[in-house]
Amino acid sequence: MIEVKDLCFTYPTGVEALKGITLTIDDGEFLAIMGQNGAGKTTLVKHFNGLLKPTKGEVVVDGVTTGEVSVAQLARKVGFVFQNPDHQLFCETVEEEVAFALRNFGFEENAIKKRVDWALNLLDITQYRQTSPFMLSGGERKRVALASVLAWDPQVVILDEPTIGQDHQQKEKLRQFIVQLNAQKKTVIVVTHDVEFVAECNPRVVLMTEGKILAEGPAEEILTNQKLVAQASIVPPQITQIFLGLSDFGLPTNVIDVHEARRILLDILEGAS
Amino acid sequence: MSMFEGFRFRRVSSVIHRLDPRVKFFFVCVLFVTAILFSKLPPLILLFFVPLPFVLAAGVQREWIRSMRGALFFAVIIFLFNFVFTYFSTQYPQLPSASLLERSLAMTLRFLVLVESFSVFFLTTSPDHLGLALEQSHVPYEFCFAFTTAVRFVPVLADEAQTIMDAQKARGLELERGNFLKRVRNYIPILIPLIVGAIRRSLELAEAMESRAWGASEKRTNLYVLKLKNADYLLAFGSVLMLIFAVYVWRYVPVPTLITLLRL
Amino acid sequence: MAVIKTRDLTYTYPGATKASIKDVSITIEKGEFVVLTGPSGCGKTTLCRCFNGLIPLFYGGKLEGEVVVAGCKVVEHSIYELARHVGLVFQNPENQLFALSVEKDVAFGLENLAVSRDEMRKRVDWALQITGIEDLSERSPHELSGGQQQRVAIACVLAMQPDVMILDEPTSFLDPVGAQKIFEVINELNKELGITVILVEHRLDLASKYANHVIVMDEGKVVLDGEPRGVFNSEKARLIGVGVPKATRLYQILGENGIRLGRVPVTSEEAASLLREVLKRD
Repeated sequence: MIEVKDLCFTYPTGVEALKGITLTIDDGEFLAIMGQNGAGKTTLVKHFNGLLKPTKGEVVVDGVTTGEVSVAQLARKVGFVFQNPDHQLFCETVEEEVAFALRNFGFEENAIKKRVDWALNLLDITQYRQTSPFMLSGGERKRVALASVLAWDPQVVILDEPTIGQDHQQKEKLRQFIVQLNAQKKTVIVVTHDVEFVAECNPRVVLMTEGKILAEGPAEEILTNQKLVAQASIVPPQITQIFLGLSDFGLPTNVIDVHEARRILLDILEGAS
Repeated sequence: MSMFEGFRFRRVSSVIHRLDPRVKFFFVCVLFVTAILFSKLPPLILLFFVPLPFVLAAGVQREWIRSMRGALFFAVIIFLFNFVFTYFSTQYPQLPSASLLERSLAMTLRFLVLVESFSVFFLTTSPDHLGLALEQSHVPYEFCFAFTTAVRFVPVLADEAQTIMDAQKARGLELERGNFLKRVRNYIPILIPLIVGAIRRSLELAEAMESRAWGASEKRTNLYVLKLKNADYLLAFGSVLMLIFAVYVWRYVPVPTLITLLRL
Repeated sequence: MAVIKTRDLTYTYPGATKASIKDVSITIEKGEFVVLTGPSGCGKTTLCRCFNGLIPLFYGGKLEGEVVVAGCKVVEHSIYELARHVGLVFQNPENQLFALSVEKDVAFGLENLAVSRDEMRKRVDWALQITGIEDLSERSPHELSGGQQQRVAIACVLAMQPDVMILDEPTSFLDPVGAQKIFEVINELNKELGITVILVEHRLDLASKYANHVIVMDEGKVVLDGEPRGVFNSEKARLIGVGVPKATRLYQILGENGIRLGRVPVTSEEAASLLREVLKRD
């Protein structure tokens, strides 16, 4: 469980990035933190594994206050996958890359081998085991980065802007993967401004703007609230926009998913005829 | 990344900032030469106060004090070096004389004047102004371009280094662990992505430059021209006067030491 | 009149064993707004580089077939000659701005072309005004948001008054509102100034309402080429995994269930008004 209590954070440059955040994330939850660039999303999640320490307030991860332990200790519980895989890949082979964190955490050689096998298999990159990560395509590099974090099996997985630069199919694979992780009782936190992606996943949404939490709740409630969405400078999903345009027919306006949309429309049209 | 702070590009404007960088540079050179000409304390004390009005007019007191504080460490070393060395080689075992003290102080102050004048120049000249001055002083354009582009990307690379460090720390890398050799090795996971990133970035930059007609014409034109204004002529004139005066005093006037002045 | 025409264009990067684009034959008419899409690695970016001569001059490699841009055969011209006709805006705004102020960056191309200072001043101000960033002219790129940086990058290319502007995933690093602004600027360039636009994009939900020509590539080949509604609604687009707009997807799903809308919608407004008709009928 992650508890954030009245968290404020100011960068050394004087930029006040977080202004009093209070938030509880339960084990096994699937959470999307949304808002425009500069809203403080990434700054907030960097507190969950201790990369940043609160200027004021506190963050408690599984009963441990983050200010009191090192990043390495927290990272065992909280895995953080950065936006750009190129910011972390440096090894000669994919296998080494995935083993890097395991070595840092002091796993036994046997356990390392087993976990590397497992992670490579999970992300479907076993065939690249001996390949240099720099020779892979963008999507494949992203998977290597993901495998290198999942290898130590952290309880919480944070994904920072995982959909940037990804095409439709890659996004769909990512979505299925996240759902699968979540089904294994992992806490998944996605930082993103990709509304269509969130609409397809339907997680709990925390909406941020200017270092504060604007609202939180189920995606279909938050993303369909025109006022909130406008305040956070994002746009509602296309399906929602369609239904907002049909509200005078008595249709519900909290629809984000295309299949849900079909169900509602079929009910009405078939019921009428 | 506080060591990059000084490079961070701030756009401030003041009379001093608006002066032509070439004239400002000439002024600084005159200060430099004058400081070298004199080895007695009184003229150096006077010289130390010459750039102060510029610092105040430009409103960069805080940055100026910071850079002077940085220079203080070296100043102390220079002083001790001069004083102790000369003392042991000439006067030991008698007590050190006052004139020795004065001479060592003068050497130290000369160093501070040099640092001071250059810091005034760099604190009040924006890098793009400097690049422009280089261009119009017939320095090859490739060199000027490399200079401004380097300044442009210092903060970008500093941010990137920070992100890479965070990404590796999140994978359990502990930079401060182990003996000296281990610690050096700890930086490999940071340096490699940084270097690979810089190479990739330079390729993208080259592509963008090519796409915007880099090298189309032998004679490039320039959006800005540096034109001397009244204030520039004034400063240039003042600098020339100061140089003439300094050379005259140095050549024909016996400069007293502080001790003789105090005895009067 | 065709502004870009390729015939059997095939290109292999130096050292590569497989061609990145194969037998591409397309025609882009003057004034069109083209959306070029397809899965990652399908050759979109490579094709764009053929349009302004980066391929083959900058990259080397083997280029076969023919590509003509604004009446110039690409292989017979230098990149800087083509830069007068074709402007390229890249994905990462950070790596295409290299001056210390916005103005100076926008002037960079004109300086290279040795445009006179008066003319340059006029064109820089004009480009800043069209992209809505006059008030940023003195700023350094590091002080700008990603969306602002990308608008500067567009102004840089616009100042050179090209006939064709190519934008390679210009919004992938931007948030929805930043992206929206970029699309609006691009649309204005196309509709008001008549500049031919080629937009490489994955996020079709946002981009496709401006397009009147869509090209889909897969594995180096052009697989679909035509007007948006036809392309998005085709079975092939779905099989390749093109992320067609949700409005189009809803149309398809309803169609499978026996509900036909008047035509294929691309935007949410269109879908809503088509659905109104159906709902009213009942």
